[in-house]
Amino acid sequence: MADVMIRPTSKARPAWLSASLQVGLPAVALVLMLAVIFWIRPTAMSYFGFTLLFKLATPLVLAALAQMLIIMLGDIDLSNGAFVGLITCITALHLATNPSLAIVFYLAAIIVYAGIGLLIQARQLPSIIVTLGMSFIWLGTAIMILPSPGGAAPAWLAGFMSWRPPLVPLPILLAVIAAVVGHFAISRSSYGAILRGAGSNPRAIERAGWSTTRIRVMVYAAAGLLACLSGITLTGLTTSGDPNVAPAYTLLGVGAVILGGGSFNGGIVSPVGTVIGALTLSLAGSLLSFLQVPPTWQIGAQGGILFLVLAGRVLLSEKKP
Amino acid sequence: MNHRLSLAPWTYGFIVAFAMWIATTAYAGFDSAEATLTAALTFGAFSVVVGTGQMLVIASGPGNIDLSVPSVLTLAAYVSMTVMNAQDGMLFAGLAAAVAVGALAGMLNFLAITLLRLPPIIATLAWSFVFQSFAFNLGGEATLKPPAMLSAFTLWRIGGVPFMPFAVMLLTLATMAVLSRGVWGRRLLAVGQSESAAKLTGISAGRVRLIAYCLCGVAAGLAGYLLSGFSGGAALNMGDVYLLESIAVVVLGGTSVAGGQANAVGIWGAALFFNLMATMLNTFQMQAGVRFVLTGALIILIVAIVPRPRAA
Repeated sequence: MADVMIRPTSKARPAWLSASLQVGLPAVALVLMLAVIFWIRPTAMSYFGFTLLFKLATPLVLAALAQMLIIMLGDIDLSNGAFVGLITCITALHLATNPSLAIVFYLAAIIVYAGIGLLIQARQLPSIIVTLGMSFIWLGTAIMILPSPGGAAPAWLAGFMSWRPPLVPLPILLAVIAAVVGHFAISRSSYGAILRGAGSNPRAIERAGWSTTRIRVMVYAAAGLLACLSGITLTGLTTSGDPNVAPAYTLLGVGAVILGGGSFNGGIVSPVGTVIGALTLSLAGSLLSFLQVPPTWQIGAQGGILFLVLAGRVLLSEKKP
Repeated sequence: MNHRLSLAPWTYGFIVAFAMWIATTAYAGFDSAEATLTAALTFGAFSVVVGTGQMLVIASGPGNIDLSVPSVLTLAAYVSMTVMNAQDGMLFAGLAAAVAVGALAGMLNFLAITLLRLPPIIATLAWSFVFQSFAFNLGGEATLKPPAMLSAFTLWRIGGVPFMPFAVMLLTLATMAVLSRGVWGRRLLAVGQSESAAKLTGISAGRVRLIAYCLCGVAAGLAGYLLSGFSGGAALNMGDVYLLESIAVVVLGGTSVAGGQANAVGIWGAALFFNLMATMLNTFQMQAGVRFVLTGALIILIVAIVPRPRAA
């Protein structure tokens, strides 16, 4: 089984090239989609146009990054969307009236996330089924505290989400910040290499003296924090809480990670790619309505876009030995 | 490992289901015991059909999963209802249409996975969007009515005992036989355990997986056909609950998500557990939120305490 030992990418292409191809693909798709939109409606090519097109992108970008951390460890998080829904409920109910209570809830939720990581690691459980169970728990908790959509986002939060910073629209600015922070934390830092190693070869990381238990707990907690931020920003946009607001985030997040060059094998993820993937997916909806695709075909066309973008991987990827 | 009494993983579902049946009966009175069980068997039968297909896909190797199950179920229901047009004479034509839709969907899933080299979770998700759109265009918001004979068949009782669950039990037995004795079944498990080893013995892993995905689609199509007869027609959201349930019953039933190992009987235990728990919590008049939390907690609890199959 010699072919397992050799890293096929390293001999044929320099590492930087395959890395930039990984990120380049969703970026090309994003630019193509924007080009089509601007061709149909040139007025969209403005500060205001960008703000509208990417209005709902920020929470999806954060949720996708949370999913990316879990996928980095070779796991998958099916509870991501339900968790974001719960956070919108907590935010809409308590953040305005009783901020300290809201923060206690956020912290408790993050600790539960870390606990899931601990449980999965300690009992060596399949993450897919544990997080499936957690999705029911998050949804149930959200329905218990807020049976029907309601509540109100604090004014400062709604204000921040509709803030117009100079030159760069807010969703783009936040996406760039998230991508840069993620890039330096996961792809560049030495600790990031350990984290990715824990996903691709946990035994090697254990032998090098790191505790994979601690890593899994920390990474799950970080994913919980990002998903929390996703819920808070989403509340700022929708200005109310809703247990069922974001079930699609789970699978859209997974799609964004894979679109951005990630792999379920663990250890191979790209924060920049994930952010661009999430932007692409949130733009797909706008593109379809610009193309005047009838509503009954819009979901199907989104599947088609997913296939088209991912088909590019086959053209770019190298032949397996 | 300590020396406590160790039961096979798949028995836990049955034990918990039985405990819930007792609890429901104790609360609602002895008269309701039979009705509770009959309802759980009937609703469970649909979960078992869908779960059996999902099990074949999951067993075919790590990472293999079919997220298109709900949309294939809905699309097959719509296509077969359209073909039959509520006429009893077209019963078998409708069945054939549902099976064909399922097989075709399975093939498309497999092709996307191999040709585009996509992770199954993404390929089947993207197809499910497309299938959903087809169903939407075929029927829209309207509910398409089934032929009277199909409804009669799904509700048929022989001496007070519903027939359909027993037909599905035969399906479970057939699946067990195929997995333990059949050539394809042995190959499926071999591919699931180690694709490279299976290939070295001359097994075409691709063909084995193609059949697994097709059978999963067929199972979803069959469930859609029967369910629309049972529930009075094809509706757009009829498949939604089966997305998570099909995965949950397979894993709780003792099948390993790592592939290469399958348990068809266990699906029944897990399906009964799911349906009896819903009945029990309804009888206790729990609010929806509490029901969800308890469902999730029990899934995690069962997975965490059950001794795990070796293959994982």
